[in-house]
Amino acid sequence: MVYKYRVGCSIENLKGVRDFIRTSLKAHGVSEIDISEIVLALDEMCSNLMIHAHHCNPDDLFELQIAVEKNNPLVFEIIDDGTVFDINQFAEPTLDNIIHEKRKGGLGIRLVKSIMDKIEYQKLMDKSICRLIKNVHFT
Amino acid sequence: MISIKRLQEDGIDFIMVVGEIDASSSIELDLTIAKSVGEGFSKILIDCSALEYISSAGLGVFMSYIEECKDRGIKMVLFGMSDKVANTFSILGLNELLEIASDKVQAKQMVNGL
Repeated sequence: MVYKYRVGCSIENLKGVRDFIRTSLKAHGVSEIDISEIVLALDEMCSNLMIHAHHCNPDDLFELQIAVEKNNPLVFEIIDDGTVFDINQFAEPTLDNIIHEKRKGGLGIRLVKSIMDKIEYQKLMDKSICRLIKNVHFT
Repeated sequence: MISIKRLQEDGIDFIMVVGEIDASSSIELDLTIAKSVGEGFSKILIDCSALEYISSAGLGVFMSYIEECKDRGIKMVLFGMSDKVANTFSILGLNELLEIASDKVQAKQMVNGL
């Protein structure tokens, strides 16, 4: 089953993104703790995209897709026509650096990498796709 | 989406966070803690019992005060987290870097150095 959600690039819309993910996954017996971690990772990816690639322009739209198939890894796709921000190429700051420099950012990418099992990017025609894969236990 | 209340009790500044903290609302949390620090409170308790969600932006706010609290001798303790919110802090081991209590009683003991 594939769920699709189109959203404008305003960070006010992140709440809607989180609700969409929760509702989609709950129906398939994904555990609460897995859902909460996935929501956290995708919230981060979507807010990065909104802020850094689209400068919070609410008229710019992207699509979030969730593919759920029982006993298979969950596949999330963020489909956008903007520039790609490849987090695999990004060296995240250490926790020590974050504390000493009193930085408020830099934790998000670390979170996404520790929550998701695989993050890959693909360019398809004029679209860029960020695909995140997560193994979960279905009940 | 987020509502923050402050209340002073026995020289302790209580900050109660209600709702969800994400990229759009973390600034309010930041401003509230900055205000408490600016007013000179040395004991700050963050009540997380009605905190439903925290994103990396919110985690980053707490992290950014660790150094300042140390420098100024401020005790900041978070308490009352749900299992889901507590798990968010523990994914990156932030629970080891911040002071976290299970409930208000334990949090008060921690800020009072008991």
